[in-house]
Amino acid sequence: MTSNDLIEVPILTRVEGEGGVTIRLCDGAIDKVELNIYEPPRLFEALLRGRPLEETPDITARICGICPVAYQMSSVHAMESALGIQITPNIRQLRRLLYCGEWIESHALHIHLLHAPDFFGAASGIALAQRFPDEIKRGLQLKKFGNRMLEVVGGRAIHPINVRVGGFHRLPNAQEMASLIPHFEWGVQAAIETTRWVATFSFPDFEQPYEYVSLSHPDEYPMNEGDIVSSTGLKIPVTQYNQKFVEEHVSHSTALHAVRRAERTSYFLGPLARLNLNRDRLSPSARNLADEVGLPADCRNPFKNIVARGLELVHAYEEALAILRDYDPSGIAHVDYRYREGCGCAATEAPRGLLYHEYTIDAAGKNVSGRIIPPTSQNQRQIERDLMEYLTSHLQAGSSREELAIDCERLVRTYDPCISCSTHFLKVRWEQHS
Amino acid sequence: MPRKPRLAVFKFASCDGCQLSLLDAEDELLAICDRVEIAHFAEASSDLQPGPYDVALVEGSITTDEDAHRIRRVRADSKFLMTIGACATAGGIQSLRNWGQIDEWVQSVYPSPEFIRTLATSTAIADHVLVDFALHGCPINHHQLVDILVALAEGRQPRVPSHSVCLDCKHRGTVCSVVARGIPCLGPVTQSGCGAICPAYDRGCYGCFGPSQPANTTSLVSQFRMHGHSPEKLVPLLRSFNAAAPEFQYASEQLVILGTKSEGSRS
Repeated sequence: MTSNDLIEVPILTRVEGEGGVTIRLCDGAIDKVELNIYEPPRLFEALLRGRPLEETPDITARICGICPVAYQMSSVHAMESALGIQITPNIRQLRRLLYCGEWIESHALHIHLLHAPDFFGAASGIALAQRFPDEIKRGLQLKKFGNRMLEVVGGRAIHPINVRVGGFHRLPNAQEMASLIPHFEWGVQAAIETTRWVATFSFPDFEQPYEYVSLSHPDEYPMNEGDIVSSTGLKIPVTQYNQKFVEEHVSHSTALHAVRRAERTSYFLGPLARLNLNRDRLSPSARNLADEVGLPADCRNPFKNIVARGLELVHAYEEALAILRDYDPSGIAHVDYRYREGCGCAATEAPRGLLYHEYTIDAAGKNVSGRIIPPTSQNQRQIERDLMEYLTSHLQAGSSREELAIDCERLVRTYDPCISCSTHFLKVRWEQHS
Repeated sequence: MPRKPRLAVFKFASCDGCQLSLLDAEDELLAICDRVEIAHFAEASSDLQPGPYDVALVEGSITTDEDAHRIRRVRADSKFLMTIGACATAGGIQSLRNWGQIDEWVQSVYPSPEFIRTLATSTAIADHVLVDFALHGCPINHHQLVDILVALAEGRQPRVPSHSVCLDCKHRGTVCSVVARGIPCLGPVTQSGCGAICPAYDRGCYGCFGPSQPANTTSLVSQFRMHGHSPEKLVPLLRSFNAAAPEFQYASEQLVILGTKSEGSRS
């Protein structure tokens, strides 16, 4: 086995993280596809050991500059479970509001600056702005108000400082909250227009029999809590995560691959998974819009993740608006607690999908150990499987390697992978074995 | 009219947040693109042009041999190299490994540690190559970034305020966390830039913008000791996102020595 035909195509830009794809060809057919992640490990689980548990939301936020709130939310819920803390309904609402801000900022970024350019052969959102100035400017505004929300509730947009175990350091200022309302009224309509726009894009014809996995809550679209459910009928409390899912370590990635424990199969997380499993709990405007744009009830086309992201953008704006209008600045900012030895776990819905954290703490309030399973490490195996299927069908249809390389990049990007946030350049490497 | 400066953005070990700050300048982004040519910014564009570059923004710290070589190539390709954020400027939160055993750390995270290649340290960019300008923050402030890019496009020397967060609290009218509530706050020794948000949200500054230039961290820490705060509490405070910044590192190591002396045999 020699690699006598190695082609390197620098492609996957416009993703968060440093990775590549290696495609091995054998007798003209695709033999193996590997998503290589060479993001240097930062060893968060190790560096947390022995540190005060209070620091966990601030430190784990630094895993990802695009979705720090997700890390803060999963970590505080896990810590609260370990400490036996019950938060107040008011704190719960504010956490959802903060999460809405992050979904908005992250989804608006991905839709307009990272993903939409693919549908028009543009190199960037900035280049796409030449052709669609109004749409891109609207997208930037939508993103901005998500960030503004993060600033008001969280103190700042990237790595918010107001989240703590038990609640918040301080309740947001009522005047600042009220000043957001007109922007969010605009945002609901603007997000609807954005979703209508992306729904008109031309989507590749590609469907797979995915197992979609997400949180699910009886009364609301999933963010901070719920059971873990899947499209094949799984329904478990988050505490049973380890009984149904397991991480594997492969040589070509510094991110662990998570798979279903018994079957060792891949699964699919993120906006399309959430939407398929929780469509009836979307906000009214988002639910109507899903019907209007004709998104099928059981959509299996990963490229339509952008439509799901648009619908969640509408949902996040509409839910945030309702919370803003109801905001009551009285009540406690956080629940006090006493240290105790224990373990706790939690999962929340990061913009990219289910984010699982578990921690063990000691009686002095120190971290003993932790495990963090980000959505992208759970989606990795699925991305590889998709690439295999998609590239095989295109190879059979006579696509050139250059075309395949572009297809490969586009398919990876539909997942909005956050490869723990790194140098963003994905190389497609072709290896021809003879 | 002079040609637009060619801008490149490079990432090392980091969270992406600082380069994202450029895309978070929603009101200025399209205008900036009229003033500078984005020649290499993989997070935002698939059009990756080769160097040389007029301005390189470098995010992240050096944690692998390969990255130690790559930063030299970046330096060779760039006229003006600016670090953005605490990882690039001071080594970041991942520099906590500098005080640990790297093999044991890797083993504790990865089931197959033999697949992982990483250095025993996380070091700042300036430990490897000449840095022309360092922008502090975890994350950086995107208004400061925009100001600097505009200055560079106009041929001006970029400047950011070097006073401490403490003064910003006075400007904001925030009640002092140290004086009024006895909270150990790093505001007196931390560089301005965040807007003094933590004290305004009822918590002490945790130093994410790193040491300010005139800071006397050791003196502040001895004051905190006099107020009854233990090394056990103060060491983690100093050892976070700028743990390896020389002023914070020195102060935390002094505290560890003190703690060891006062408590006998701490490991």
